[in-house]
Amino acid sequence: MLAFLVKRIGNAILVMLTVAFFAFLIFRFLGDPVEMMVNESATQVERDELRGRLGLNDGFLVQYMRFVGNAAQGEFGLSWRNQQNVITLIGERFPATFELVIIATILSLAIGIPLGVFTAIGRGRWWAEGLQFSSIVGVSLPSFFVGIILILAFSVSLGWLPGYGRGEVVRLGWWSTGLLTSSGRAAIVLPALSLSLFQITLVMRLVRAEMLEILRADFIKFARARGIGRRALWFRHALKNCLMPVVTLTAMQVGNLIAFALVTETVFQWPGMGMLFMQAVTFVDIPVMAAYLCIVSFIFVTLNTFVDIAYAVIDPRLRAA
Amino acid sequence: MSIASMPPASDQLALEVKGLSVEFPTRKGVLTALSDVSLTIRRGEILGVVGESGAGKSMTGMAVLGLLEPPGRVGGGEIRIGGKRTDNLGETEMASIRGRMVGAIFQDPLTSLNPLFSIGQQLTETIRLHAGGSKVEARAQAVALLKQVGIPGADERIDHYPHQFSGGMRQRVVIALALAGNPQLIIADEPTTALDVSIQAQITALLRRLCRENGTGVMLVTHDMGVIAETADRVAVMYAGRVIEIGPVEDVLSRPKHPYTRGLMGSIPALGARVERLAQIDGAMPRLNAIPTGCAFNPRCIEAGSRCREVRPIMVAQGKGSVACLVHDGGVQ
Repeated sequence: MLAFLVKRIGNAILVMLTVAFFAFLIFRFLGDPVEMMVNESATQVERDELRGRLGLNDGFLVQYMRFVGNAAQGEFGLSWRNQQNVITLIGERFPATFELVIIATILSLAIGIPLGVFTAIGRGRWWAEGLQFSSIVGVSLPSFFVGIILILAFSVSLGWLPGYGRGEVVRLGWWSTGLLTSSGRAAIVLPALSLSLFQITLVMRLVRAEMLEILRADFIKFARARGIGRRALWFRHALKNCLMPVVTLTAMQVGNLIAFALVTETVFQWPGMGMLFMQAVTFVDIPVMAAYLCIVSFIFVTLNTFVDIAYAVIDPRLRAA
Repeated sequence: MSIASMPPASDQLALEVKGLSVEFPTRKGVLTALSDVSLTIRRGEILGVVGESGAGKSMTGMAVLGLLEPPGRVGGGEIRIGGKRTDNLGETEMASIRGRMVGAIFQDPLTSLNPLFSIGQQLTETIRLHAGGSKVEARAQAVALLKQVGIPGADERIDHYPHQFSGGMRQRVVIALALAGNPQLIIADEPTTALDVSIQAQITALLRRLCRENGTGVMLVTHDMGVIAETADRVAVMYAGRVIEIGPVEDVLSRPKHPYTRGLMGSIPALGARVERLAQIDGAMPRLNAIPTGCAFNPRCIEAGSRCREVRPIMVAQGKGSVACLVHDGGVQ
């Protein structure tokens, strides 16, 4: 198990170094940093002096190593747009996106898995077929449309839940959370639901397909033959065998959720990283974009490493590898 | 020991099947997969069930277990396990009987075990389901079972996962699982087919020993005559969804009465005999929707006469067994 862990984490570090290399290329060679930072009236001497101070005259490898070293400490330089520290900018926005994505993921699993199991074991019954059919709607509706419908129904017409903003937030060090206040919790419901609807249907359809497959397996028949009751059969023996692809899908989708969050954040005016990134793209704010790239990849790589570890926890056959 | 000659008292019977039929409703009407199957298995006795693929051997076992694949269903007849009628039970009641009164061993030990649970978890789950008790007690019992089926180092092996066992060892685990509820009947559906020949003999010897020790009746479904000859006390031969001959294994194997059984025995090449061409039965078993009138075997039978195409033979006692063939019941003409 230890060798397995070391190998996985080693892989993760290698991937991060590669990503950092591309982020560095963007950072260093997409436009001239010096040109972006100085006044139009600056003299050549001033420019050369700044170039030296920024270390841009050093060798390529030295600069890359310095970039990696700084990035590892969360140091991505100043935003070209408003001269603020990039990591501070992202740090302000990250908790909002993170909470939204986590709540959406939890919703998609908590609703999607049971629905998948029930539509599988109720196959042929009207309610299971009805759910399966309506899941097609969930898969095909675009996220912004769902968001607008939700706002219209629950915020505008019924007035039950807020339709924009994050509500009141509580500061815990640099982290800001909306989950500790009632207005914050109310505010996250609609955006999280809108973001997770697609995932719910995806998880449900995946679990259903896997369950139907697993329920035909010999070991299920043998479990029945030794008297295992239906409930234990479904929720213990079959479901555990379905979890592997669900874990994979979920980890992959968290990446997508961050991407989709861009749309959802716009619809619900959610002050997250998606909005920040949109602005960075508009103003060609390279340090923000490079930092965003590194951070999103870091999340991806971390999740994938956890997935690999989760595999090994679920499936004993993979522990040896 | 003439087991078949005397009618045994029903409390000694692990299994009694009477006039069982299994049918599959289809759009073109009802297909009859098993018809009028009757057989008995005493406690501690091994009944071999042989026949070609599709003859209904496995289906008979599945019907007894109440595990017919829908839309298949029991269309008539009776099944009694240990004297208790089970063919008319609902799924919930049947589930409470499986494992406790009737156990099963399937063909492929590689796929019979849940890969994500250790064999200890699967054993204790089954033991506690049937006998209750604490986890510690169940675990001790599980170790004892593993020792009983001949797994070396059972104390340690109990925490291993199925993939850490060889095929033969896995089949031993499967047998231990089948025994966990202490059933009086075990349906063994091709238990040695997926194993190496050298392992096959060990597994059949194990089955024989356990069956004697625990007084368990075994329905041994196989197409391997060698396994039958070594293991079974009596043998039932099936053809096109019917039992056509049943009797003590030495009679059926060495003095088969039904022309089909004779053909089956004839198609096993004798060791050392050099033959130009292996003997075989011409033709193929009819499909369920095209079973000929009269005797189902008549188109392939070398002894068939005109009466065979009109009259469906029934089982009649012959010596220590019975046979369904007009040769032994009024002649073929």
